[in-house]
Amino acid sequence: MSDINTAQAPIPAASQRRHFVRSVLSNPTGLVASLALLVVIASAIFAPLLAPNDPSAVQIFKVNAVAGDGYLLGGDGSGRDIWSRLVHGGRNTFLGALITVVIAASIGVTAGLFAGFYGRKLDLVARWISDGIMALPALIVLLAFYQALGASIYLSMAVFGVMLSPGFFRLTRNLVNGVKHELYIDAARVSGLSDLRIITRHILLSVRAPVVIQTSIVAGIAIVVQSGLEFLGLGDPSTPTWGGMLQDAFSNIYVSPQAILWPGLAITATVASLVLLANAIRDRMQQGGVQVRAPKVLPLAASQPLPQAAPDVLLDVRDLVVAYPANDGWREVVKGVSLSLRRGEVLGLVGESGSGKSQTAFAILGLLSPGGRVVSGSILFDGIDLGKSSQDEVRALRGKRIAYVPQEPMANLDPAFRIGYQLVEPMMTVLGISRAEATRRALKLLARVKLPDPERVFRAYPHQISGGMAQRVLIAGAVACSPDLLIADEPTTALDVTVQAEVLDLLRDLQKEFNMAVMLVTHNFGVVADSCDRVAVMKDGRIVEINSVADLFAAPAHDYTRMLLDSVLEDGKTRTYRPPMTEEMRA
Amino acid sequence: MIRYLLKRVASGIALLCLVSTVTFMMVFGATGNVARNILGENATAEQVTALNSRLGLDRPLMVQFGDWVSHAIRGDLGPSWTMSESVASALASRLPVTLSMVTIAVAMMALLSAMLGIAAAVRGGWADRAIQIVSVAGFAMPNFWLGLLLVLTFSVQLGWLPATGYVSFGASPSAWAASLVLPVTALVLSGIASASQQIRGAVIDALKQDYVRTLRARGVSPRSVLYRHALRNAMPAALTVLSVQFIALLGGAAVIERVFAIPGMGSLTVSAALIGDVPVLMGVVVTLIIVVVLVNILIDFLNAWANPKVRMS
Repeated sequence: MSDINTAQAPIPAASQRRHFVRSVLSNPTGLVASLALLVVIASAIFAPLLAPNDPSAVQIFKVNAVAGDGYLLGGDGSGRDIWSRLVHGGRNTFLGALITVVIAASIGVTAGLFAGFYGRKLDLVARWISDGIMALPALIVLLAFYQALGASIYLSMAVFGVMLSPGFFRLTRNLVNGVKHELYIDAARVSGLSDLRIITRHILLSVRAPVVIQTSIVAGIAIVVQSGLEFLGLGDPSTPTWGGMLQDAFSNIYVSPQAILWPGLAITATVASLVLLANAIRDRMQQGGVQVRAPKVLPLAASQPLPQAAPDVLLDVRDLVVAYPANDGWREVVKGVSLSLRRGEVLGLVGESGSGKSQTAFAILGLLSPGGRVVSGSILFDGIDLGKSSQDEVRALRGKRIAYVPQEPMANLDPAFRIGYQLVEPMMTVLGISRAEATRRALKLLARVKLPDPERVFRAYPHQISGGMAQRVLIAGAVACSPDLLIADEPTTALDVTVQAEVLDLLRDLQKEFNMAVMLVTHNFGVVADSCDRVAVMKDGRIVEINSVADLFAAPAHDYTRMLLDSVLEDGKTRTYRPPMTEEMRA
Repeated sequence: MIRYLLKRVASGIALLCLVSTVTFMMVFGATGNVARNILGENATAEQVTALNSRLGLDRPLMVQFGDWVSHAIRGDLGPSWTMSESVASALASRLPVTLSMVTIAVAMMALLSAMLGIAAAVRGGWADRAIQIVSVAGFAMPNFWLGLLLVLTFSVQLGWLPATGYVSFGASPSAWAASLVLPVTALVLSGIASASQQIRGAVIDALKQDYVRTLRARGVSPRSVLYRHALRNAMPAALTVLSVQFIALLGGAAVIERVFAIPGMGSLTVSAALIGDVPVLMGVVVTLIIVVVLVNILIDFLNAWANPKVRMS
């Protein structure tokens, strides 16, 4: 179940199939697993050649014989050759697993394709049935049906296939739900392909790889369960089976304990190969073909002399480089950014998405996503070198002196806790005040950010308030400890246009009230024009231009800035400043 | 919230009805050889006919079904065909044994996989590797084979623990505990394999959420972020795993009870299946479905506690 999402990685096109197989095999795990599987399957196929004795032939002198005494691995409780039974046992095991897999996959994938594609009632019914089947203890059902199904293990394995079909169903259904609104499906529909054609040609193709993974897992489960049924005596006693061998070994456990080893090892090795192969395929799909290993050696920032900052400079960032591990070493997302903020100053950080502006902000907060590192450069906050400070020292600054307002208000409140608690907890930690005092302050803050009925909001869960209200709550949380620096990462992007202006007004008021320095990350020059003193323009991880707002709008120095400004003008978003017409516009 | 739970109860009852019907048709529809099975090879045709009519098998299937249902809703699951007790009393003595074993196994599994899963999610490194090894081993090793290896090592070779036999808690709590150590160990490994991986994924997902960054930006301690916020949000996923594993363990118990000669539901089912004691099989299926439905409703309750969105709707 957990693999549903991970399994949705891009599927290699048919032309790349051979490359795909090769790269799965280039993974050592994948190679060993495939080889092991190949050996077990081949030995089952060629069992008559590999087995020196008839697996059912009884030699009375060799009852519980030790290994090497005539029989390679010894004799079982009836004097039969364990080695011969072992290689023959693989046959019925693989046949049983094949039956289970084919039935589970054909029912599950078909139902999943149709339920996912047509949705609604069909989906509802199919999901109820699938949940119902999953609520049944499969082994108990198979035991209960034993009399009805007769001694043939294959019928039981077929029923087991039905019971395992929900796994395929859920996987396929979710995958189809993911792709059915893709453009190429729409295109196929418009071009007049029938639903059946679309399902079989386009959608089936895109669920193929996850289904292969699921198949190999289900084959493993089938082998384990089949051996369990045979161990309980529900198999055909006349054919050699791994589970049956274990049953025999169990009854002779005091006489010939080593007999327990071989069939169990055969099962475990086979199933482990299947799982490892599935893992190798999954890894290959997730990683796009290249073995990812984060480079261990990190180019550490050279120990630089502490740069001397101007007295009123609060934040001084120099040559900041931020990198994340990637396929081929480290990928730099911020490539040497330098900027500074004075107390009470508002700096706009502008750029397209992916330009590194948010990563710069997170680096200053010390909250890069997992894997991310500040590779070089320095961040000085009020004379404190954050790069040289310990985790705890940086944490002590966060919330208290450096605060953060995020982009998506709803995603930034913990859905499991009341809003009041989410304001009170940090205040108690950071300011060391009592719960009652923190509650009093939180209510006051909620009123300050102009939320109607602060008491109700205090008691509400995040899903009970609107996005605009949530952003006010987050702003209240950010200014709760009267910070010196507020980093706002696109604080209005996710809000309705009417709410955007109100939230910006609120931020501006609070900035003046607390005399905070604000770093306003945005892609919107209108916001910059309304709120900022200075603006830095970022592109591809670098600052291309930094200037006062008035000067930058009047005379953008960099082509990229000009391009950004032009695109804003076309949207008609700014009204405050009217930059002079550029060459391109005259043309 | 109330409506949500009522819906789950209704869905559980529907499931119970559907599964009982299908199971009844399957097991009672195939009772052609049962009388001969019970009487043995040497029975005469007259004896077989007589037994069939005594068991009511000569009636049409639908009549048998109506009869069974009308008794079953009053808690009367009929007499066992092969044992000298009623199905209900056989189940009453067997169910607590299996449930106590499975409950202990689920509790241990939850504890160990939570520890392993959280460690792997937060630290990676050795815990991550341990999970990977355990998950492959736990998946690939049949639990009864693991049970056999445990018996071989700790009972046959070392003589530390009893190989077989079950002592009731009332008779001797220490002997009861000793008799459950090996079976529970054999049962939990595969559960830990799957649950710890899921919990690891759920915790990693929770820690990736935007609100975690915001909480950290406000100065909330890492301990609180992990144990209070991330864990609470990972709870629904973890609970789902537990309910899936509980069902798996109920099935797994059947084989494990056989290995350790524990007189629970599993060994009852196996012997009833082999001889064809159909009323017992019906009773087992119905009882276990009820148990599963109840456990799932309990899980829904816990889920509602962890997830205010469910609670408030």
